[in-house]
Amino acid sequence: MNILVLLKQVPDTTEMQIDKETGTLIRAGVPTITNPDDLAGMEMALRLKDSYGANVTCITMGPPQARNMLRELYSMGADNCVLLSDMKFSGADTWATSNTLAAYIKTVDYDLIIAGRQAIDGDTAQVGPQTAEKLNLPQVTYVDDIIDISKERIIVKKALENNYEIIESSLPCVITTLSTAAKPRYMTVKGISDAFTKEIKQVSFDDLEIDPTIIGLKGSPTKVKKTFTKEVHKNSDVLHLDGKTSARKIVETLLDLNFIGK
Amino acid sequence: MNIADYKDIYVFCEVKDGKIHDSSLELLGEASRLVNNRPSLGYKVVGLIIGNYDEHLIDDIGYFGADKVIYLKNEGINHYSTEIFTSLFMDVINNDKPDIILVPATVLGRDLAPRVAARCDTGLTADATKLDFDPENLESPLLYVTRPAFGGNLFGTIINETKRPQMTTIRPGVMEKLKKHTGRQFIKDIRNVDISTIKDSVKVLEVLQKDHMAVDITKADIIVSGGRGIGDNFHILEECAKMMGAEVGASRGAVDKGYIKKDHQVGQTGKTVRPKVYIACGISGAVQHLAGMEKSDYIIAINKDPEAAIFGVANIGFVGDALEILPLITEEIKRYRERPF
Ligand SMILES: Cc1cc2nc3c(=O)[nH]c(=O)nc-3n(C[C@H](O)[C@H](O)[C@H](O)COP(=O)(O)OP(=O)(O)OC[C@H]3O[C@@H](n4cnc5c(N)ncnc54)[C@H](O)[C@@H]3O)c2cc1C
Repeated sequence: MNILVLLKQVPDTTEMQIDKETGTLIRAGVPTITNPDDLAGMEMALRLKDSYGANVTCITMGPPQARNMLRELYSMGADNCVLLSDMKFSGADTWATSNTLAAYIKTVDYDLIIAGRQAIDGDTAQVGPQTAEKLNLPQVTYVDDIIDISKERIIVKKALENNYEIIESSLPCVITTLSTAAKPRYMTVKGISDAFTKEIKQVSFDDLEIDPTIIGLKGSPTKVKKTFTKEVHKNSDVLHLDGKTSARKIVETLLDLNFIGK
Repeated sequence: MNIADYKDIYVFCEVKDGKIHDSSLELLGEASRLVNNRPSLGYKVVGLIIGNYDEHLIDDIGYFGADKVIYLKNEGINHYSTEIFTSLFMDVINNDKPDIILVPATVLGRDLAPRVAARCDTGLTADATKLDFDPENLESPLLYVTRPAFGGNLFGTIINETKRPQMTTIRPGVMEKLKKHTGRQFIKDIRNVDISTIKDSVKVLEVLQKDHMAVDITKADIIVSGGRGIGDNFHILEECAKMMGAEVGASRGAVDKGYIKKDHQVGQTGKTVRPKVYIACGISGAVQHLAGMEKSDYIIAINKDPEAAIFGVANIGFVGDALEILPLITEEIKRYRERPF
């Protein structure tokens, strides 16, 4: 079984600070991590490999630094890692990203593609489904568990707002995974040392058969017109009172708003 | 593609538990607001519904703001299917040429919208929190879509000038639905569709309910919400909420610590709420939390730290210990309820 895992290296948004003066993100010094939803997908692929035997290929599109992430994925147990990297790919929206990923994926064999549901820098949840569309494959999004897999089909548990569904899809297909679906394993010492002997396959624009007008910033239909941070206005009365008076005042307020009836 | 051929605002209407889901009704409200703000375009609000439903359901789409409802009907559709819905949606796009398509950013909407956008090779902006027509050109139908990025640390305004339709998903709870108006006139366009040629290789085998009753705090009039400052004393907050007839909300800080279940989480990665009163206790007021509650009608904040950001969005703030104040509120209301007259 050949499993492709799509992953993205992202800035750790929990560590992100805003420059209050300029209203821009301070990117310097923000650590990068493997996107959490993707990492759960990686773990699910490795579990399939443990149980049934599989060839796990990690694919990412990104700048050259993404090699660090791929090394870590080798340390976890990836069999192959591929980096799609080219200035022509950069600045892509989800549509252009999916076009690029699909152009590469069309050149390899696979039975199952696992992508994270969404990346924490953009939170769009679009690349998985859009890649599935470009490959003309069925999709199941928001997957919380893989229940069973055979040569022709996969059965998964999908998380919805208030319940779950057990869903069967024919293979090959694309599933997108939630970060809660599987806790990623640690890298092993042997894995780490092996990782440096393994080759990261580098793919650039010239290696792909793709229309240059459907990729990268230029090919992206959506454009960022502007970015801004939110200004918080101080408009409230902030009172320093003792506990009892505070409580009384809150109850009065609720009474005024007609909330504590009868 | 001739962009000028595309017109009107289409809202994909999702049915949940036998009703048009609130998130779709909110989009009908927002679409009405948009067309009214730019009457020169002459755009209509069109609701799109796919499946096999009672007529009264279709009427609700009109009563909540659609000028026209397109109902793609087939008795064989008893469940959402990515492929069937995408194919049928595409037929409408090819045939009716919508300029703008709004889809709720629910689990279903976030499965369907990217697939449709990719099939018609247009742009899609995810999880919008604000929509406006181009503010610089008052004749323009170009949609300015604002959404959070980088975990809510930054906002971006996104446009799509080159492709049609302009598609976006919108977070549930952000937009306002109109009052239901049963006298509203609207056109019903019922189309019996054929699905026999659509290849669907995904099937739902079973629908499981979650083991605990998931609470729905989005419907509450009052929410008493706790953060990390409450610690493992959520019972104190719950008691107070019960006395008020309120639901309990929480910050992610409290959820991550395991003080309370995720269903209660308010914010960017939790629920968006707009109750009549939101009482934030021991919550610092991170942007991601504010994103989920700042549209509440009236906000009361209790925090030990006079500099806490939550005070910036509160209508009234109390500097103090929530664990001291909450039981006193409970007592005060009890006393009020038990008053002789
Ligand atoms: C991608 C991303 C998504 C996120 N999504 C969400 C989300 O959906 N919802 C969300 O809430 N957060 C979200 N967060 C997390 C958010 O950034 C904050 O970390 C979180 O809201 C903090 O929770 P808190 O206010 O409870 O905790 P803290 O920030 O630790 O604040 C605790 C507050 O309690 C006060 N306090 C302490 N003791 C008391 C007391 N006895 N009485 C009164 N006050 C007291 C303190 O002064 C302090 O202000 C997200 C973060 C990221 C990066």
